[in-house]
Amino acid sequence: MGGAIEWKGLSDPVTSQSWRGARFSSAPAPPSRGPLSASPPTRHCAANQEAGSAPARTYGRGREAAWRGRGAEWAGRGRGAASRTGLRGRNAEWRHRCRSLLVRKKRAVFCRARRMCVCPGPRRSGIPIRSSSLPLFSDAMPAPTQLFFPLVRNCELSRIYGTACYCHHKHLCCPSPYLPQSRLRYMPHPAYATFCRPKENWWQYTHGRRYASTPQKFYLTPPQVNSILKANEYSFKVPEFDGKNVSSILGFDSNQLPANAPIEDRRSAATCLQTRGMLLGVFDGHAGCACSQAVSERLFYYIAVSLLPHETLLEIENAVESGRALLPILQWHKHPNDYFSKEASKLYFNSLRTYWQELIDLNTGESTDIDVKEALINAFKRLDNDISLEAQVGDPNSFLNYLVLRVAFSGATACVAHVDGVDLHVANTGDSRAMLGVQEEDGSWSAVTLSNDHNAQNERELERLKLEHPKNEAKSVVKQDRLLGLLMPFRAFGDVKFKWSIDLQKRVIESGPDQLNDNEYTKFIPPNYHTPPYLTAEPEVTYHRLRPQDKFLVLATDGLWETMHRQDVVRIVGEYLTGMHHQQPIAVGGYKVTLGQMHGLLTERRAKMSSVFEDQNAATHLIRHAVGNNEFGAVDHERLSKMLSLPEELARMYRDDITIIVVQFNSHVVGAYQNQE
Amino acid sequence: MFCRWLSIIRRRRASPARRRCSSARGSTSAAEARAAALPAQAQVVICGGGIMGTSVAYHLSKMGWKDVVLLEQGRLAAGSTRFCAGILSTARHLTIEQKMADYSNKLYQQLEQETGIQTGYVRTGSISLAQTQDRLISLKRINSRLNVIGIPSEIISPKKVAELHPLLNVHDLVGALHVPEDAVLSSADVALALASAASQNGVQIYDRTAVLHVMVNDRTAVLHVMVKKGQVTGVETDKGQIECQYFVNCAGQWAYELGLSNEEPVSIPLHACEHFYLLTRPWETPLQSSTPTVVDPDGRIYIRNWQGGILSGGFEKNPKPIFTEGKNQLEIQNLQEDWDHFEPLLSSLLRRMPELETLEILKLVNCPETFTPDMRCIMGESPAVQGYFVLAGMNSAGLSFGGGAGRYLAEWMVHGYPSENVWELDLKRFGALQSSRTFLRHRVMEVMPLMYDLKVPRWDFQTGRQLRTSPLYDRLDAQGARWMEKHGFERPKYFVPPDKDLLALEQSKTFYKPDWFDIVESEVKCCKEAVCVIDMSSFTKFEITSTGDQALEILQYLFSNDLDVPVGHIVHTGMLNEGGGYENDCSIARLNKRSFFMISPTDQQVHCWAWLKKHMPSDSSLLLEDVTWKYTALNLIGPRAVDVLSELSYAPMTPDHFPSLFCKEMSVGYANGIRVMSMTHTGEPGFMLYIPIEYALHVYNEVMSVGQKYGIRNAGYYALRSLRIEKFFAFWGQDLNTLTTPLECGRESRVKLEKGMDFIGRHALLQQKQNGVYKRFTMFILDDHDTDLDLWPWWGEPIYRNGQYVGKTTSSAYSYTLERHVCLGFVQNFSDTGEEQVVTADFINRGEYEIDIAGHRFQAKAKLYPFTSLFTHKRRKDDVELSDLHGK
Repeated sequence: MGGAIEWKGLSDPVTSQSWRGARFSSAPAPPSRGPLSASPPTRHCAANQEAGSAPARTYGRGREAAWRGRGAEWAGRGRGAASRTGLRGRNAEWRHRCRSLLVRKKRAVFCRARRMCVCPGPRRSGIPIRSSSLPLFSDAMPAPTQLFFPLVRNCELSRIYGTACYCHHKHLCCPSPYLPQSRLRYMPHPAYATFCRPKENWWQYTHGRRYASTPQKFYLTPPQVNSILKANEYSFKVPEFDGKNVSSILGFDSNQLPANAPIEDRRSAATCLQTRGMLLGVFDGHAGCACSQAVSERLFYYIAVSLLPHETLLEIENAVESGRALLPILQWHKHPNDYFSKEASKLYFNSLRTYWQELIDLNTGESTDIDVKEALINAFKRLDNDISLEAQVGDPNSFLNYLVLRVAFSGATACVAHVDGVDLHVANTGDSRAMLGVQEEDGSWSAVTLSNDHNAQNERELERLKLEHPKNEAKSVVKQDRLLGLLMPFRAFGDVKFKWSIDLQKRVIESGPDQLNDNEYTKFIPPNYHTPPYLTAEPEVTYHRLRPQDKFLVLATDGLWETMHRQDVVRIVGEYLTGMHHQQPIAVGGYKVTLGQMHGLLTERRAKMSSVFEDQNAATHLIRHAVGNNEFGAVDHERLSKMLSLPEELARMYRDDITIIVVQFNSHVVGAYQNQE
Repeated sequence: MFCRWLSIIRRRRASPARRRCSSARGSTSAAEARAAALPAQAQVVICGGGIMGTSVAYHLSKMGWKDVVLLEQGRLAAGSTRFCAGILSTARHLTIEQKMADYSNKLYQQLEQETGIQTGYVRTGSISLAQTQDRLISLKRINSRLNVIGIPSEIISPKKVAELHPLLNVHDLVGALHVPEDAVLSSADVALALASAASQNGVQIYDRTAVLHVMVNDRTAVLHVMVKKGQVTGVETDKGQIECQYFVNCAGQWAYELGLSNEEPVSIPLHACEHFYLLTRPWETPLQSSTPTVVDPDGRIYIRNWQGGILSGGFEKNPKPIFTEGKNQLEIQNLQEDWDHFEPLLSSLLRRMPELETLEILKLVNCPETFTPDMRCIMGESPAVQGYFVLAGMNSAGLSFGGGAGRYLAEWMVHGYPSENVWELDLKRFGALQSSRTFLRHRVMEVMPLMYDLKVPRWDFQTGRQLRTSPLYDRLDAQGARWMEKHGFERPKYFVPPDKDLLALEQSKTFYKPDWFDIVESEVKCCKEAVCVIDMSSFTKFEITSTGDQALEILQYLFSNDLDVPVGHIVHTGMLNEGGGYENDCSIARLNKRSFFMISPTDQQVHCWAWLKKHMPSDSSLLLEDVTWKYTALNLIGPRAVDVLSELSYAPMTPDHFPSLFCKEMSVGYANGIRVMSMTHTGEPGFMLYIPIEYALHVYNEVMSVGQKYGIRNAGYYALRSLRIEKFFAFWGQDLNTLTTPLECGRESRVKLEKGMDFIGRHALLQQKQNGVYKRFTMFILDDHDTDLDLWPWWGEPIYRNGQYVGKTTSSAYSYTLERHVCLGFVQNFSDTGEEQVVTADFINRGEYEIDIAGHRFQAKAKLYPFTSLFTHKRRKDDVELSDLHGK
């Protein structure tokens, strides 16, 4: 993997048009990239207006709808982002785009209502359709709204979208409620917009391309969709002994769907061999994948070492000392695409060895019970510290030197679960999330969040940041919901730009390799950077004692959580794992429903049902829903196909990388644990 | 047919009546006193006040049986009857069903006039649509059968369909069957009308709401039927006992439970499935009440007009069985509607009538329908308990069959037999083995979709299989056997050679030449030239033994042929009824002076047993034993069978030592006590081996290994069928039934009228001999039929003589020897006024015949005797068997 490609990650896809434009000028994208297929700007405007002026009852579809309760927020942010990119006013296109987003924002509010009514809510709240909770505007409508939509969707929406979407700029009309910039982890700040400003306007560049393809051609067939979705899927089943699985974990499914190229998310899973328990984690990198890659390789070793008793540490140290074979510490469960960087292994090993040597020295002889929570916190902090130190010290090998710098200057969040019997610890740093799927006695699913997001939505985090810095920085430390106006997660590995003093940063960059020195971004010091560090890798650890009703744990990066509500996630996985669909039956009651409306509704429901059985992997199934869900909560192949056929440089505008691990618990074993007491 | 009818409006209309009766209930204690008093005795107690119970009561009272009590646990005409879709359709596959529906139609038509109760009878006609050519063939077959029993019908083009019913989308149709006299009506009202008429004739009706006659305060539930010495003596209800001679179980989907509640359980194999149909509000311009009923079997739906809107339901592919645990509910409670389940049917409805999209839904009705293991209704007397009659399991055709079935059952009770052959519907076609709840549940899940599936020749049920098997099952299966099921017994159809691939199950459905044609040909050829083994263990085998001459006496009384033959001889004979008709057709071997071995068709196991039990004196010195399960039967067919057997037994098997129709116990291989009989049920030379089951594998292995050098191979029933039909062998249950006499099928030789014993049916036969027969069993050889290209005959095809309808075929097969299709069937001689006249050999021989296969007539040659000359026999004495069978 070349350095240049890696660097691309440091910049924002929209604003880094310089290199990309160059690439495209030499090699135009294949015509199959239809959604972008160019068309004259005027037509594009017309399409937007048409989409925007669609009758209110179309309410937009898809993503906005999925964005329950966030519509206003995102639209607002989108506008803000637009103005901050400095693109505003560049041309009329852009204004149109903003306007259409605003229109969509309004629609999104409606969608919220609509979205809710498709979800299974409380039984029969006076609504003929038992599957629904009360639609917000049901009073105004003679028929149950659900019955209405199929018709609307089938007839009118398809026409509207037919004109608006098929011809050009699918992505504009396609519901993407947030502006791309707003979702990127790094905000292109006006201060450095100069150096990353595109040479040509993004819209010009888009429109500059000419494709002769027919509009429909970009559609993917279902097998194509499946091969994309399943490319990274991995399943692990805990082996059985004597036909019995004595572990509290049955196994796990994991999968990733890239939006960045290359993907910046990482995942890891391993069984501890010297202690009991299993480690699972998702890592969401930003400004490149170097940090998330390093953390995914190293963190579990740090945790495992922290958990090891004194004797074992001594044993290991003696083995290393005398050159004997090492006791294996971890058994990895990896997808072939999850790699280890061979070059840095020696370096990483030495750092790790130093860590356990220190542990041995600190903990002389007194064998105390190791506290998992403490071990997790120590491991996180220690690894971050090592990353930082390695970058400061540098390495004689120029490649390694460059690598450790890239690791340190990029960042990664981590959400790690340690499962040992019924003891579940979740250590979280950043905005990935761990969600427990609990099956209630009536068979329905509810979500229990086991981690707190470390971002601007978390009051306690805001509070913490303000306390850690002088009062006069209270306003600047979090701006536009971002740390120093730049970084979305408030805790992360790496990101030394938010940790080191300005002096240290300058020193390291100056002594660093040329690549680093040439990059404007690394040189850039965040504004209002007065009292570093602003960022920490210290995790928040949650303990949960597993109960038989706790059926599974979902670890996922924010790419999933921003497209789906946690309740939906848990329901979809729960229904997938139990293999049945808790669809409430429909009753007509005394309402006016026509055969056609009923037919439309039933067809929707059936489509929903059949999508459950398409996947062998719960994580894949979840991604399919996250990307392809329409306003009815059913996977819409057309939509899925559009989303997956986005060219890689555009994918990031519609979604973030998604990484999911679904751990399935063994209720029998958990129940047996419970009965023992 | 398609059940159900229901309306909210109806219920609303009925509510004042209910109020009235509740006030009556409250005010008069006299009524209660009267109500509580069930009669102490009656001749007949009918349980069930649906359309079946009321129809039986109606017909009994018409025939003069007035002392009848009808008990209904809930309200009259509740249950499936109330929910019935109210479509009367005569387009049915079985002739007997067509006749029942036709009679019902005529009965209901005049019911309103007779009773003054409105039944809502409207003659709308019905249109059965065909989306495929195969479906059209199936409809054409029905059409040709309907026409010959006098029900007008025609095959019409899609264009004509559109004229008859403008709302229909006809673009995907290839044709349709139009039956203009079919009707729609309210089945609940029909039941009420029948009950009212019966009540006027003196039938006492007890139900909960005092609709007609006597009110009973609470539900009157029949707890069980009292039986003494295999005879119904009374009914125990929760209101007291009623002594009675006859009990009729018309309890619909509860009939199974009720049957089992007896001390001597009566097994009535039926099971309910949920059935859904849709009611809509009126169409903008309300549909005419004369709008024809539409059946779209390929779309699995039926559609009728209903109060200006439509009523549409269907038989889905994935039925939902219900009440498997036998939860007896008072009435069918309001079951849950299941729209998701109905979705395929709704799609199909909207595809058929796209304009209905805007029609408003009134209700989705869910009401269980009862289905039987073979999709035919159940009627008749219980084999175990005399006087216990059953009429249930209508497969959602209760309204269509109600009148006819009630009539046949009433005839059965009053006269002892119905006026038509109803063997196909007889309760005794089932054994106890078909009444496991699991079996029923699984089977009805196959049967319900089959209502609208294409019914092709030689189609076998796929569920509820491998229940009874021969000990050789696994061996044969490993050698490529394909199986069919009869009476729960697995029988090989043919053996697929290892290098041959057959079509998938669904693809093999055809009305044309089947894919196994070549396979069976090679099996037949092997039977003709070398030797084949057919496992025929399924045949029913009884042993009758006595201490004295009782066995011989009773058999002489029951059977038409002379059984007083030397020990070791086999006699082909018929078990006749009073009318001379065949109750059973069997071969009896005299094992010794006092012991007989009886071989009958597989499905005779229950019927024959019941018949024997009924007529045998309860004499402890006479022992009847069912030994079906004790013997494995191997049929060695072919000229080399004699060589195989003599090599295995070291005994001379030549005709001189072992004449035809002879039975001997001998050793085969290491095994002793094998009953070897020189007959093959096909007219070919060979032997039947009756082997005690523990020796079965050994004997089979020995036969196969010794037979190797004689070219032995396995064969199946299709080969047997081809062989026996080309030899003009009639089989009971297919060709012969209770209304056919030996004289009518050329079996005078099997009847010894002067054997010095007045056997059952002798008088009728004497009479017939004097008067001549009114129908004659005839063999037809199709002349201009192209086996590869033309539709194959099956059974039930009309026979035309000089252009006049004279009868129907009963079975058919391809004769590999004649290289022609052979059909067997009865020829009648109708006068111009439709009366039956004597059929003489001359009448048969002097006529030009045609067989109508799905509307296409093929020329046929009629034969009264088999082509003996065509078959060259290596064994001279085989002719004895043949000539013995068919008279000289």
